[in-house]
Amino acid sequence: MDFLTILQVLDSSVRLATPLLLACLAGLFSERAGVIDIGLEGKMLVAAFFSAAIAYMSGSVWVGLLAGIASSVALALIHGLASITFRGNQLISGVAINFLAAGVTVLVAQHWFEQGGRTPSLTGDGRFESVTLPLAETLRNVPVLGPIYYELISGQFLLVYIAVLVVPLTWWVLYRTRFGLRLRAVGENPAAVDTAGISVTRLRYMAVIICGVLCGLAGAYLATALQAGFVKDMTAGRGFIALAALIFAKWKPWPAMWTCLLFGVLQAVALRYQNIEIGNFVIPVQFMDALPYILTVVILAGLVGRAIPPLAGGEPYTKER
Amino acid sequence: MAASNTQPPAIELRGISKAFGPVQANKDISISVRPGSIHGIIGENGAGKSTLMSILYGFYKADKGEVWINGTKTDIPDSQAAIASGIGMVFQHFKLVENFTVLENIVLGAEDGGLLRPSLAKARGELEHLAKEYELNVDPDAVTENLSVGHQQRVEILKALYRQAQILILDEPTGVLTPSEADQLFRILDRLRSEGKTIVLITHKLREIMEYTDTVSVMRRGEMTATVKTAETNPEHLAELMVGRKVLLRVDKTPAQPGKPILEVEKLRVVDGNGVERVKGIDLTVRAGEIVGIAGVAGNGQSELLEVLGGMRPGEGTVRLNGKELPLTGSGSDGRARRAVHIAHVPEDRHREALIMNFSAWENAVFGYHHDARWTSGPFIKNAAILEEAHQMMGRFDVRPPNPRLAAKSFSGGNQQKIVLAREIERNPDLLMIGQPTRGVDIGAIEFIHQQIVALRDQGKAILLVSVELEEILSLADRVAVMFDGHIMGERDAAATDERELGLLMAGVTGEDAA
Repeated sequence: MDFLTILQVLDSSVRLATPLLLACLAGLFSERAGVIDIGLEGKMLVAAFFSAAIAYMSGSVWVGLLAGIASSVALALIHGLASITFRGNQLISGVAINFLAAGVTVLVAQHWFEQGGRTPSLTGDGRFESVTLPLAETLRNVPVLGPIYYELISGQFLLVYIAVLVVPLTWWVLYRTRFGLRLRAVGENPAAVDTAGISVTRLRYMAVIICGVLCGLAGAYLATALQAGFVKDMTAGRGFIALAALIFAKWKPWPAMWTCLLFGVLQAVALRYQNIEIGNFVIPVQFMDALPYILTVVILAGLVGRAIPPLAGGEPYTKER
Repeated sequence: MAASNTQPPAIELRGISKAFGPVQANKDISISVRPGSIHGIIGENGAGKSTLMSILYGFYKADKGEVWINGTKTDIPDSQAAIASGIGMVFQHFKLVENFTVLENIVLGAEDGGLLRPSLAKARGELEHLAKEYELNVDPDAVTENLSVGHQQRVEILKALYRQAQILILDEPTGVLTPSEADQLFRILDRLRSEGKTIVLITHKLREIMEYTDTVSVMRRGEMTATVKTAETNPEHLAELMVGRKVLLRVDKTPAQPGKPILEVEKLRVVDGNGVERVKGIDLTVRAGEIVGIAGVAGNGQSELLEVLGGMRPGEGTVRLNGKELPLTGSGSDGRARRAVHIAHVPEDRHREALIMNFSAWENAVFGYHHDARWTSGPFIKNAAILEEAHQMMGRFDVRPPNPRLAAKSFSGGNQQKIVLAREIERNPDLLMIGQPTRGVDIGAIEFIHQQIVALRDQGKAILLVSVELEEILSLADRVAVMFDGHIMGERDAAATDERELGLLMAGVTGEDAA
């Protein structure tokens, strides 16, 4: 395997890791505030569909992106209504949102476009283009660093760069701002927040909305950047992988990025090397495709050490009697 | 003090009422607290003390009534408003974020501006100042969960002072403290009072009221039954006001007549699931006809000791009952086996370990003994027989209401405890182990439960009592062993020791050090 191949695999890893990372950070905001969200998948899916559909109809990927975010936030607010205002079971609400998204996207797609539950392919301004960073061509032939800059760092979609920037931003918000302090507190002990005179409900809604926005970015990326249009169930479990990554990362932003990159590498390797031969033995492509999901199971089985979730996660807040 | 007569009261409540569904927690309560005083509020569990103070702190909304702070009618819809009116509250269960530092906990909700660093820096300076002024030393960078309970409580007090509280409400502040920590707390409160702060102390401990308060209000069943100057009352009178009838505060018992050893424990060690050694090789003997009390601050290995003896977790070492060794691991070491050799166990945590709260009283009345031939035939449970027996048991143990079909959760704490006690005592055990017999139990029921325990002792049974209430240990036990950090620090004859000596042992100070 030569240097260029490695770079190409890494390049593809970054592309594949981006939606995971955005969804993972979305989950981080929600769960750090004590609202467990297994509906990341569903929110990504509606965002993928509406971003592609509206981008196709309007001819502008930006309008599509906004529509995707809006649809994801709408589902996030439904989750908030169920789990914060009505103090319902957060897992059930999340499951319901996933089902709702899986059904609604295909139904509306079929009604609008009659192409078997998909959107027409996006072209031109309907889709995100790769961004070529300055001097990429000039530096291309500089040994080692040149190819890294040209192949890996330059030429990604705008949303990839945004996703990478969201990581330090999340860290800064969480650990350096008043909002972050309160957000972390409400996920650990909402009673402490309440008795300090801060509204638990308001904080949790803000967290859930941020979660919706980030899931919206993730979904839009899938349908308008990574691929050119929406197809049925195109999130393919990424929302759940993002949740596993969140646990593996112990609800911290930087580890979340590294974990999502690890999943990205696995997906990229599976894409590039369909059948790997070791001596006479051939590792079948199905196994390679399954690798990210196997890793998910391993992570969730707790083989990665103890991950202590935010203490108040999953518990609707009620003042004790 | 003469001057303060002209000042308006720091707190005045007028006709406060609050209902939770059908339960009237507060009924038309009026109270007035002079600034710069310590005002006690005493009453049994469920008398409505905490509800009243939570209303004052904006945690609940009153259905009716007015709050006046420093002579001004004040509306307190939420905690923010209470804080703004200069009210601070230290809840019984601390409202701290465990994995935050002390500084973060203090700043939470009282930040200056959106960025954290300036707020934290300011709080650090202010904290130093408060620490000096009130002797409230806490490491600002310590993670809260690593602090002792006493220090966590200081953080709560500091939180209130940082928010410029002039009125400090403390809800059962000494329940979790060692006697020396409690003394420190009261020194701090005294200091705060001398600085002109007003303190409301909610407690069910008569001793604290008598020693530290200026005035005291008594609550019973949601009503304020009296407000008196502490100097003009006495414990017996207060107890009568709390319960509504005369109560025997001292346990009436004759000297013990100990017989042969029933329980012998040698070099018992217990390691918990996290690999932490909780009990570090203790020796203990309980003889027939005596009550041995284990004193200690919660979390020093008493719970684990009871759990091993009760067959709820494995241990190492030797335990003999009536001279016969009991297995501490593997088969024959479970709770059923323990019951089979006539060990009865009233666990510390009534709700989690002694009762199934959603099941009815008659079902709970035989749990653990439901394999008994009296209650089963083949795979079937003899419901009618159990129901009849439960009904009689509830009569004998004065469980109110005596309705075996009610769910366990519908009974008050005291009556729940009586159901558990009835179940265990009625089996005529050789050894009764009882953990926190009167936790969450009202005074009237405490009297009854203590009488039952003493009666069992007088029948020649061995009783092992674990309690964090030193007063209870001293009045009930014949012999006292003090546990600290998994060791027994010493044994004393209950008649020949006092709270001071036991308090030192509870803090890990041995007799030699103390002298």
